[in-house]
Amino acid sequence: MTRKKVFYLILVGIFVGFINGFFGGGGGMICVPAIEKILKIDNKKAHATTIAIILPLSLVSSIFYICSYSLDYMLLLYTSIGVIIGGIVGSILLKKLNNKVIRIIFILILIASGVKMIIG
Amino acid sequence: MKILYQILSGFAGGILGGMGMGGGTILIPILVIFLLVKQKMAQGINLISFLPMSIISIIIHLKNKMIEYKFIWIVIVSGALFSLLGSFLIRYFKNNNLKLYFGIFLILIAIYEIIIFILDIKSKKNNNK
Repeated sequence: MTRKKVFYLILVGIFVGFINGFFGGGGGMICVPAIEKILKIDNKKAHATTIAIILPLSLVSSIFYICSYSLDYMLLLYTSIGVIIGGIVGSILLKKLNNKVIRIIFILILIASGVKMIIG
Repeated sequence: MKILYQILSGFAGGILGGMGMGGGTILIPILVIFLLVKQKMAQGINLISFLPMSIISIIIHLKNKMIEYKFIWIVIVSGALFSLLGSFLIRYFKNNNLKLYFGIFLILIAIYEIIIFILDIKSKKNNNK
């Protein structure tokens, strides 16, 4: 493992970690392509490894958020239930749906949400 | 009814997350735009609600040996430190401003995804020649 790689990995950690803490999410989208290139692994492994990285980061931020803000725990409960069910459905669908179409829809959703949040 | 919307929001985020596309990037907008949750609260909800699903995913990936262990700890340690820093910094920002920055962040990701998408198509065309 070269020094260059270590340097880049630290950089990725800094970037992904900061976004994870500051925005409460979205770090994975940067992490996947980054470690794919740096560690020279395929896309699927990059996804799996990214989750393994993001989990501890999210754990740390979560604890901080819980201590700093009074969260709506009922909202949290119901959202978490939705996420788990959605996650299972999503991983099943992943194998069946056309990747290109999903990507395009996702990009459109990102743009629409982004604009709406900027305009307010 | 409200409960149903909350579950559906999570469901939408979870589906995208399950497909490997970053569920938080739409869960937060859905919560903020449609359920009128404050930005910081939405961010916190997103962080915590994905934890159980992440744990389940990791267990599955561990079984299939899909996780690259080497040097992963470098990213985790630097990441955790800066994650803490990021979480701390939002104290100095108002919800509305944070929402604006998040919106810009989403646009940046969209642009990035578009570029990747185009590059992908180009490289596939070249491979077919």
